[in-house]
Amino acid sequence: MAYVPVKGGEAAILNALDLVAEERRGDPADPELTLAQIRTQQARAVDRVMAEGSLYDPDLAALALKQAQGDATEAAFLLRAYRTTLEQFARARPLETDRMAIRRRISACYKDLPGGQVLGPSVDYSHRMLDFDLAGEGAPTAPRAEAPVAAQMPRVPDLVGNEGFMEPSEPPAGDPAPGDLTRDPLAFPAPRDIRLQNLARADEGFLLGLAYSTQRGFGSNHPYAGEIRMGEVPVEVVPEELGFAIEIGEVTLTESQMITSVKGASGENPKFTRGYGLAFGHCERKAMSMALVDRALRADEFAEEPRYPAQDAEFVLYHSDNVESSGFVQHLKLPHYVDFQAELRMLREMRAARRATEQEAAE
Amino acid sequence: MTHAPRRYNFGYLDEGTKRMVRRALLKAVAIPGYQVPFGSREMPIPYGWGTGGMQITASLITPGDRLKVIDQGADDTTNAVNIRRFFAKVAGTATTEATAEATLIQTRHRIPETPLREGQTLVLQVPQPEPMRRLEPRETECRKIHAWGEYGLMHLRLYESVAQTGRITINHSYPVLVNGRYVMSPTPIPRFDNPKMEFSAALMLFGAGRERRIYALPPYTSVKSLDFEDHPFTPQQFPDPCALCGARGVYQDEILLDDTGAKMFVCSDSDFCARRRAEGQTGPAPQT
Repeated sequence: MAYVPVKGGEAAILNALDLVAEERRGDPADPELTLAQIRTQQARAVDRVMAEGSLYDPDLAALALKQAQGDATEAAFLLRAYRTTLEQFARARPLETDRMAIRRRISACYKDLPGGQVLGPSVDYSHRMLDFDLAGEGAPTAPRAEAPVAAQMPRVPDLVGNEGFMEPSEPPAGDPAPGDLTRDPLAFPAPRDIRLQNLARADEGFLLGLAYSTQRGFGSNHPYAGEIRMGEVPVEVVPEELGFAIEIGEVTLTESQMITSVKGASGENPKFTRGYGLAFGHCERKAMSMALVDRALRADEFAEEPRYPAQDAEFVLYHSDNVESSGFVQHLKLPHYVDFQAELRMLREMRAARRATEQEAAE
Repeated sequence: MTHAPRRYNFGYLDEGTKRMVRRALLKAVAIPGYQVPFGSREMPIPYGWGTGGMQITASLITPGDRLKVIDQGADDTTNAVNIRRFFAKVAGTATTEATAEATLIQTRHRIPETPLREGQTLVLQVPQPEPMRRLEPRETECRKIHAWGEYGLMHLRLYESVAQTGRITINHSYPVLVNGRYVMSPTPIPRFDNPKMEFSAALMLFGAGRERRIYALPPYTSVKSLDFEDHPFTPQQFPDPCALCGARGVYQDEILLDDTGAKMFVCSDSDFCARRRAEGQTGPAPQT
């Protein structure tokens, strides 16, 4: 019986990385993917990676997707790990989504409204039939409208609010700077700014399932899609040395405002309540899910008895982040043989103890 | 793409982040066994793979340190190799496999067999810092339990275990009472290693990245494994000596040799075992 303890972990790791690199490239006879192709032709994947990676940078998100071989969760992790090394040089002024350069804006609450319904680039009313022509190449174009959409479009919940039917959406007293989950650990009770930041970074699938649960039976806020809008919003900062705002760029955002169940404390007029969703890029599924979960998490505010998973802030916020959950679920791949041996040892001892007892009884 | 190649700061984390981690460490040392929340950062390895320990190591490491990294007691397990490689890359630190020569030791699941001495720092990677979590899933409730020192739930768990199986069936992460005040999870080290924490001469630091908590055992701190008078705490015992070096009273790995049940037990601490073999000690198994 000859036994040599295992060595060579480092060589194995390096070889594994080489193997990944080779597989990532695929057949060298095929042209290599360019980042521009990913950024423009796989844009929804780029959007998702930016949203969950918590960093607006389509080029880096495309690079992350290429590096991760199209694995969106892994790409988001790559982006997060990069993001954390960046210096925080300024805080942007609050984004004004009513100044959004609208590419899409719909409301389910009114047939027509100021600014109109703008379908924009949507697959909502497509027939989900595989388009075999896409296997080839082409350069399709779409017709342009004769006139641009309105420069400013009021947000539908604000229109409802003008009549006093909507709970107001005001900053908290004193308009404090929002918290930052990337700098300070989550603590409970978590205020709404922190909850929204968590949800904005949250895994889309996790949010989608939770949002669905509130609609299907594990929740009770009947929602209306007050408005969903998507387009570009300018980002402004006020450098200390200048003292006035300058525009440093723009981001594509999807905003979803849900109009939800009527509430009114005694002595107050009953009003609709709100759920809010916002995500980088064109991510309606994510933004709508976020809005439903945001509303569910406001149970305390409206004296609703929390009875469902989506209303439980600890449950939702601690398990929503896919970088955390993916890491911890997959850490089970790490060696655990010390603890496994501890369990085996206990089983052996228990068996031995039982055998001894049985033997005693037999004698 | 206009992103120029960037150089990372010494130890990877920026100095502001290191200061934040060190402040949490100081608080943790001042309140032994208390879980200090800290602004854990994303690291370039996944959560659950040692990000908390890495942030502590990154905040403490200096060019003069000698770093040892182990996983399951061994220097050559893949995760240990990977973390050592990381610090060699971002800090250029000297590394060592010798426990006695290391100034800083990052570990997962074990405390080395060679007794640690004053001036050494052991950094433990923590997957779940909260000893009460399996009994109480809510963080808000757990904070109250610690604040009030109301640990009845944990004693009940131990009691139920004794009542049902005649023994305390916690084999790793065996809860300890620190400095007579806080119940603490020693992380998934086997309970074999618990006695090594009692009045340890070395500083022990615990980092949980995903859960954003840091806690500490300053040198020479009272660490009592929870038990009952009639069911005292007992570490695991291995009946046979290490098959390679003949050591007794050490934690062992079980090595399966074939599929017919042949196996051997060898030291889990690879440095300890190699050192003994270099000294000419042998176990019952012939070596090649």
